[in-house]
Amino acid sequence: MSLSPEIVEPVQATDPVPVERGVVGRSPGQLAWRRLRRDRTAVISGCTLLVLVLVALAAPLIEALYGVGPHDEFKHLLTRRGSIPLGYAGGVSADHWFGIEPGTGRDIFIRMVYGLRTSLFIALASALVTAAIGVTAGIVAGYLGGWVDAVISWITDFALALPFLIFALAVMRPVELRFYGPREEVPTWFRVAVLIAIFAAFGWTSTARLVRGQVISLREREFVEAARASGAGLGHILFRQLLPNLWAPILVSFSLAVPAYVTGEAALSFLGIGIVDPTPDFGAMIFRSIAYLQTDPAYVFFPGVTIFALVLAFNLFGDALRDALDPKSSR
Amino acid sequence: MIRFLIKRLLSVSLTLFAVSVVSFLMFFALPKDPVAGMCPKNCNAERLERVRQELGLRDPKVEQYAAYMKGIFVGRDLGSAQGGKCEAPCLGYSYVNSEAVTDTLGRVLPVTLSIVIPAAILWLLLGVGLGMLSALRRGTLLDRLAIGFSLTGASMQLYFVGALLLLIFTYQLKLVPVPHYTSILDNPLDWASGLVLAWMALAFLFSAIYARLARAQMLETLSEDFVRTARAKGLAKRTVYGRHALRAAITPLVTIAGLDVGAALGGTVITETTFGIQGLGRTAVYAVRGGDLPMIMATVLIAAVFVVVANFVVDLLYAAIDPRVRLS
Repeated sequence: MSLSPEIVEPVQATDPVPVERGVVGRSPGQLAWRRLRRDRTAVISGCTLLVLVLVALAAPLIEALYGVGPHDEFKHLLTRRGSIPLGYAGGVSADHWFGIEPGTGRDIFIRMVYGLRTSLFIALASALVTAAIGVTAGIVAGYLGGWVDAVISWITDFALALPFLIFALAVMRPVELRFYGPREEVPTWFRVAVLIAIFAAFGWTSTARLVRGQVISLREREFVEAARASGAGLGHILFRQLLPNLWAPILVSFSLAVPAYVTGEAALSFLGIGIVDPTPDFGAMIFRSIAYLQTDPAYVFFPGVTIFALVLAFNLFGDALRDALDPKSSR
Repeated sequence: MIRFLIKRLLSVSLTLFAVSVVSFLMFFALPKDPVAGMCPKNCNAERLERVRQELGLRDPKVEQYAAYMKGIFVGRDLGSAQGGKCEAPCLGYSYVNSEAVTDTLGRVLPVTLSIVIPAAILWLLLGVGLGMLSALRRGTLLDRLAIGFSLTGASMQLYFVGALLLLIFTYQLKLVPVPHYTSILDNPLDWASGLVLAWMALAFLFSAIYARLARAQMLETLSEDFVRTARAKGLAKRTVYGRHALRAAITPLVTIAGLDVGAALGGTVITETTFGIQGLGRTAVYAVRGGDLPMIMATVLIAAVFVVVANFVVDLLYAAIDPRVRLS
């Protein structure tokens, strides 16, 4: 998706406006950026997200500094019977900041650093694919109208009629059976790819609806007519004329889609369908922790609180972004 | 109204048909060998071959689909390897449970209903009530608390809330027993105490979302001219807010509530897994883990039927509340 160039373009185009008598010309992009910077919620949630993304990116570096890997086991720190971590709050210590997992004795902190990586990668990749498909389908449907619109609209309505979680749950196994035998081991990258494909297949429809609505109101405007009159091709009108006018709603829906996919991925992994245990993942961790709720209650807190903070930060940032881009919508 | 009804019915049947085709293809055309997926553990090559014959898996896909649909509407003979005759709503035979799929479903469906219906009543009352209140008292402490609650709730995860509730109320305070299901007909008190945590978890998350929606809707309605007119006419605040504004604000919520309840009836998968209650959702999860294809397909179909029917009911309700819908 060529989202970022479209965002930067209007800013550069109106930059060299002559400054006279203290009046400064500002592009919509600059105005939105100023509003966003002045919004305290946006700054705090944005910084939180930045830190979390940096942690995810720097996972191997953190592992080297921390000195413990995500698959290292510390069985000697568990009780003999029941394999519950020794010490307070699930074995929190200077060596193991968030304690260790009951049963396996793996370090929780470093597994969460890597879990953040899994979660953010899947969510961002899904959101990108979703945006690409949804924007294309929405622009085409909205601009062309007629039977193309009818078909795309029907598909979006149909996809909304499918219960997402059950369908996502159900489709995983048949897809695995397509490429692997009933008893074969399914590699992690394949599961990740299927997860992204599932999210894209279900998620593109809402973006498509949004974009379609916007395009319908834009397509009769003069600049589109002018482009058509001067013989511009379909691709030029769709992606050069219409798309730059749509980046605000697209950006907002993108930023609100990411937390939805973080949640979705964790939910599927919690159910044992998405990412499975040796790979670090929040959902899979919380699923394991339910069995130890009584004996090691601290175990559920670290992944639970982290995923809550991640989703909350994304939601707050998405809301703030919408307010900044569309000052008329005062909540 | 009749024309509207017929139009909606046609589109519902079309959607259901499409859902059945999609799920049929998903289970019988997507896997390399559907039968191996149906019976991954306790079937030898000979039995698999017999199932393949009796299900007619060598026939063209269209004929297989027709046979499956015929099973749902009039019943079919599945052959000796699959428990023989299968009565009218026949959804196949589960090898993992060694019984007809409909028997399992009949057992777990009341469980999911018992979770969803009380929870939905709770979350609608709480969510809509809170949203309305905070819209009417805009800017007060109550409003800010409500906004905070809905923001937190909307970012919380069902399994995390569930785990916290379980930890606090069952393991620490020992106020409620470990979640379980008893039929309401056998022992209503035990029924309620076994499911109360599930209701609380669902109601907490959903009421947060509904409070936010209800607040936004109510604020929008309150700024409309007809509300001002009603006030200017000298009607009491109570009448204006309680009747005029509430009715207009609640209609979009009806749509969303219908869809959410429909989706939840198809299996409160996460709630059931967190609390270990064997309803439709947990059955689906077990079926997926155990590779029980007929069972998975049946749960998908049922869940889709719930959503589509809920959609239909919502449309009818909407048309009844708002006459403009019928005309467009």
